[in-house]
Amino acid sequence: MINQSDNVLKLNSINRRMFILGVAKVIILGGIVSRLFFLQIKENKKYLTLSDKNRIREWKLPPVRGIFQDFFGNTIAGNFEAYQLHLIPEEVENFRYTINRIKNILGLSENQFKKILKKKKEIKSWETLIVANNLTWENFSKINNNLYDLNGVKPVISISRNYPFKENYTHILGYVSQANEEDILKNDNIKEKFVQGLKVGKTGLEKTFENDLIGSNSIERYEVNAYGRRISQLAFQKGDQGQSIRLTVDTEIQKLANELLAEKAGSICVMDIFNGNVIAMHSSPSFDPNEFVFGISEDNWQLIRNNPMKPLVNKSLSGNYSPGSTIKPIVALSALENEIINPKFRVHCKGHKNPMELYGQKYHCWKKEGHGSVNLREAMKQSCDTYFYEIARRLGVDKLSETAKKFGLGEKVFGDLFNNEKNGLIPSTIWKKNALGKNWLLGETIITGIGQGYIQTTPIQLCLMTAQIANGGHKIYPKIILDDNINYEDKFALIVKETRNIKLIQDAMFSSTNEIRGTSYRSRIDDLNYQFAGKTGTAQVKRITKKDRELDLETSEIPYEERDHALYIAFGPYKNPRYAVSILIEHGGSGSSVAAPLAKKLFKKIIDRHEIRKNFESNKYLNI
Amino acid sequence: MYLHNRLNKQNNFFQKIRDLDLVLLGSILLLGFISLATMYSTDGGQILFHTKSHFIKFSVFISLMLVISFMNIKIWFSISYAVYFLIVLMLIWTINFGVTASGSQRWIDLYFINIQPSELMKIFIILCLAKYFHRKRLENVNSFYSVLVSVIIIFLPMSLVVIQPDLGTSILISISGILVLWFAGFNHKYFFYSFLISLLSLPFIISFLKPYQKLRVLTFLNPDRDPLGAGYQIIQSKIAVGSGGLFGKGFLKGTQSYLEFLPEKHTDFIFTLFSEEFGFLGSVLLLLIYAIIIYRVIKIGSISRSYFAKLFCYSFGASLFVYIVINMSMVLGLLPIVGSPLPIMSYGGSSMLATMIGFGIVMSAKIHSKQSIA
Repeated sequence: MINQSDNVLKLNSINRRMFILGVAKVIILGGIVSRLFFLQIKENKKYLTLSDKNRIREWKLPPVRGIFQDFFGNTIAGNFEAYQLHLIPEEVENFRYTINRIKNILGLSENQFKKILKKKKEIKSWETLIVANNLTWENFSKINNNLYDLNGVKPVISISRNYPFKENYTHILGYVSQANEEDILKNDNIKEKFVQGLKVGKTGLEKTFENDLIGSNSIERYEVNAYGRRISQLAFQKGDQGQSIRLTVDTEIQKLANELLAEKAGSICVMDIFNGNVIAMHSSPSFDPNEFVFGISEDNWQLIRNNPMKPLVNKSLSGNYSPGSTIKPIVALSALENEIINPKFRVHCKGHKNPMELYGQKYHCWKKEGHGSVNLREAMKQSCDTYFYEIARRLGVDKLSETAKKFGLGEKVFGDLFNNEKNGLIPSTIWKKNALGKNWLLGETIITGIGQGYIQTTPIQLCLMTAQIANGGHKIYPKIILDDNINYEDKFALIVKETRNIKLIQDAMFSSTNEIRGTSYRSRIDDLNYQFAGKTGTAQVKRITKKDRELDLETSEIPYEERDHALYIAFGPYKNPRYAVSILIEHGGSGSSVAAPLAKKLFKKIIDRHEIRKNFESNKYLNI
Repeated sequence: MYLHNRLNKQNNFFQKIRDLDLVLLGSILLLGFISLATMYSTDGGQILFHTKSHFIKFSVFISLMLVISFMNIKIWFSISYAVYFLIVLMLIWTINFGVTASGSQRWIDLYFINIQPSELMKIFIILCLAKYFHRKRLENVNSFYSVLVSVIIIFLPMSLVVIQPDLGTSILISISGILVLWFAGFNHKYFFYSFLISLLSLPFIISFLKPYQKLRVLTFLNPDRDPLGAGYQIIQSKIAVGSGGLFGKGFLKGTQSYLEFLPEKHTDFIFTLFSEEFGFLGSVLLLLIYAIIIYRVIKIGSISRSYFAKLFCYSFGASLFVYIVINMSMVLGLLPIVGSPLPIMSYGGSSMLATMIGFGIVMSAKIHSKQSIA
């Protein structure tokens, strides 16, 4: 009986406690459910994002670079498919083994092998290591045949830069090469689009138009697992190719310029005198920019760098040269404009025995025997120095520099387009005072009159000057990018007071080329369609001493570095001018014997090409 | 006479089948089905090792459960102490000759199967204590002697498991034991004081913890402390559950587990995967199935006439609840990570074996509910 009542007590106790615990369970269960609610419903967005971040990884591919075309639409900087070998170190199980296999298959040298290992150390383990960037088809197939043994190695067909005309366009376009740290730091666009193997413009227009050319990355979105291994491709977002840029340059003329300057150091510029289109602009010697795309070898780099003819310098834009006698048209024009002289004004040139003497300094004409009494036309034709000494003396350097600047000398022709373009220098009394802290000397005015002394111009400036003389003294703005249609207010504005004066200069230049005793008479073309007018120049690179004058050596007998620069400026066809040319041969000797003959060949081509160019342009409009 | 006897026997057998708790059995089968589907998902949508093994274990152990159901509950009553001591011996054996895996010595190699005695102890400690208190009069429950004995019964296996080391299981064993003490009528103040004492001694306990256990506590307090190291599991688990949303990502579409962001997804973190794929609704449904199972277990306890069966059912039901809550709290970032499987769902034979034996005894209690044990 007692047992019985105890049992009841026990049952009461256990049931009561069961109830208490039951309540606790319900509360705890509620807690779990509310936690689930919190995580899955309330914070769902946050965790969904985290989950996607976990599982999705993006791979950027190098963007496809925009191309350059010449005036006729020929590709002058294009893209080609390069066979490359990529691998991602963390996806390769046995890196040592794999890389040694590759070394054997491709027959890499120890040096190349070490470079790859060094590159591997520099990148993060999930970044792409480019083992080889331009394989031959043969090696590429070898790799493909051995892929079973090369886990994680990816043969890739990559788009890379190609310059089909090799050295012809190097100085205009520049070249591309692997983006380095500096490129990334300086350009946010490059920073944003950077991937291993991205090539960016290093010089020239490739660098200037980097942001237009670069294009946008294609993006591959992959689902990855916890170890970063790609599981499946979710999306492929195709990037846009960079903009194409069309130039005003005619490849045929550019090529001819390159041929004419072969083995020489110098520059040839050709410009349309009305719209300022640059038809050709070449600096010699040049080099093959294709070599830089995948990194130039040390040996070749040293060859280019140490070449005494300085292939790396764009002589057309960054070569500051004394213009020599090619400045004479401007000196004469300035004297006419300022009414210092009239066309009939005469100076007597007595030759070396009786040189012009001022303030105890003797000023020699280049011609030993002297020119006798010459007027403006005669002086220009025979390039009589004495005449120009005299008119420069009467004119003064400040008035001369004013005219020279009007014609585009002393300032960059392309503005900011090329980062290596030089200003040249047109001296004036104020300039000397400010720059050198000294007063201008009259003697300096006199030698400025024949383009020596402080005065310095670039070949493209001389070309622009000639173009503006040829078009009757109208201001033009040269351009090399075809679609660049900036409206300058003073475009075609007259920059001379009297067009009559320009006519006189043109006529004087005509006589210099086409009349007997003219300095470039031997280079003339009699056919009216091709006839051109020009002015020779021979710029001294060192002062001519008395001894030199007595020796009177031939050019070939003087050391290369001391030889004169040969210059020639011209425009044609004379009857109906359209193109201006400037030619410079560094240390070439005299302008009339070295530079002017090139113009003859050049004008033949330029004028032959003119019809084609004109038809191409009008056809273009017809097609629309 | 012979015929009558046979008829009676047959009657008896059919009677037993009719007395089976079909709700409980159905819920367990449903849970088994869900666990198989989830295991299939952890194998990446293929029938691989884990799915096969889980299926075999589930089939074998549910058969064992049915066999146990038809056995008289008296048998369990009589062998309780013996089994308890057998498992204690196995635990001692484990310490000396056990199989080591992931840093602790938990398994005994039985040639055809590796068994984890600590998991079995979770059930048999309940059985043992239930038997002990079955005979005790209520006024004697709180006597010094019985308190001492019951504390020893709990403390012995607990300490043997702690030194394996397996803190999680030893905590679960002691909780199972303590639950029995609670139902048996231990004075409330004992629970209160021991809770107070353990709270006060927490700093000392922490100083005795192994470095990895300390790290787990620290990680629990601030999972972002080391997101790729110690905090990785809990952060990834929360991401998986949280990204599931209301309806889940869909069967076999749980990216977190499929892409191997989830560690231990077969065992302790199985709920994470389930929750990611089936979302809030699926998780609540799973909780509901567990609630039904626990409710049935307690219901059977309440209709049992024998105090032993009642005590066992109540304690087993409550323990089951605690296991589930601890596992879920752990994967949901509410508790530090302690190794504790989710009953039936998690991959692991010993745990399933113990749970199935428990269910078997409960069902046997239902079938033999009219019986009282002397």
